[in-house]
Amino acid sequence: MSDIPAGLEALNYSFAGQRAAGHFAPVLVGVVGSGNLEVLMEPAAGSNCDIHIETSARGFGTIWEAVMRDFHQRHPLAGVRVSINDMGATPAVVSLRLDQAVSELTP
Amino acid sequence: MSALDTAKVSVSYAECSARERIARLVDAESFHEWLPPAERVTSPHLAQLGVPSAFDDGVAIGRATLAGRPVFIAAQEGEFMGGGVGEVHGAKLVGLLRRALRDRPDAVLLLAESGGVRLHEANAGLIAVSEVMRALLDVRAAGIPVVVLIGGANGCFGGMGIVARCADRVVMSDMGRLAMSGPEVIEASHGVDEFDSRDRALVWRTTGGKHRWLSGDCDVLVEDDVTAFRDAAIAALDASMPVTLARLELEHALLASRLRLLPEHVAGDEAVALWARLGVADASRVAELDVDAVRALRTV
Repeated sequence: MSDIPAGLEALNYSFAGQRAAGHFAPVLVGVVGSGNLEVLMEPAAGSNCDIHIETSARGFGTIWEAVMRDFHQRHPLAGVRVSINDMGATPAVVSLRLDQAVSELTP
Repeated sequence: MSALDTAKVSVSYAECSARERIARLVDAESFHEWLPPAERVTSPHLAQLGVPSAFDDGVAIGRATLAGRPVFIAAQEGEFMGGGVGEVHGAKLVGLLRRALRDRPDAVLLLAESGGVRLHEANAGLIAVSEVMRALLDVRAAGIPVVVLIGGANGCFGGMGIVARCADRVVMSDMGRLAMSGPEVIEASHGVDEFDSRDRALVWRTTGGKHRWLSGDCDVLVEDDVTAFRDAAIAALDASMPVTLARLELEHALLASRLRLLPEHVAGDEAVALWARLGVADASRVAELDVDAVRALRTV
């Protein structure tokens, strides 16, 4: 049994972080609408940046991985959990939303 | 906050997200959210249909202060499933209203933007909307004003249109729309001769804020501006109007007389004809007039 809900694809990535995000109030940016996504960023135990994605656009795992890798190179955050609900956003929109979430992190 | 946020520039209410509307409408930093996104109280139905969920199921609820006074507030996100009311979405609205009965805030503000019941959740959504109506009427009966604000691009339709008209006060912008059946629904069921849903001028003449203002279906008409909505919400804080038999009969009389206003067949545009019969001066020019000018034309 797969834990991927029917129709949706779930993707998980984990990166070793370098810059501790510390404690912050959870941040939500974006909306789950056509070509858009929401990004929820929360503090997490440990020193990883864990990313969980649920998307209605199946079969783009390699592109997601590249976009997440780029994001982590820009912001090598540690102790962060990123959760994404996506409705077919383009890579550029995903990157902008991730940067927007990071810019709203306040300790 | 950046300099842009604090500058005194006009911010379009229609273009804001639900959360931006809350942040700009209530006193700065005063919003405390219940069941925030991090709690992940999401739809139990959407994933089975292959549709992504939203962490807040498309509605943010909580308490805040408005001009220093305690209020409860909810805002529907029109960009998520057209603001459709699903099981969790509806339960959050009901919970907020029931809590208002217990905590007695000075008002409950409902920033409505919704196509009505979320069809993916069918019966659960229908039940949810009926529960919202019941809870809203209980709050209204308790003397706590419920103020509905409508100015989002998706309008306020279906079950949420009924919810809006159950409230003490309805505030609309000229961009806002309020009705029961949406334009596409009318066209689908009665044909394009009855209603051309692609005729945007027709859609706004029959459901838009100006029409609702002139026909007496909304209580305040404002510009598409967050500050204008905030000012209208503050003004409505003491506008409690408990439902009484007398008020209900008055409403029925108003609706009955409106029904008799127009003859069976109208030559030309029906909305313009209705405004003219209501005694609105310059009825044919309403569409091109600005909000200030239209505000002065109301006769009901």
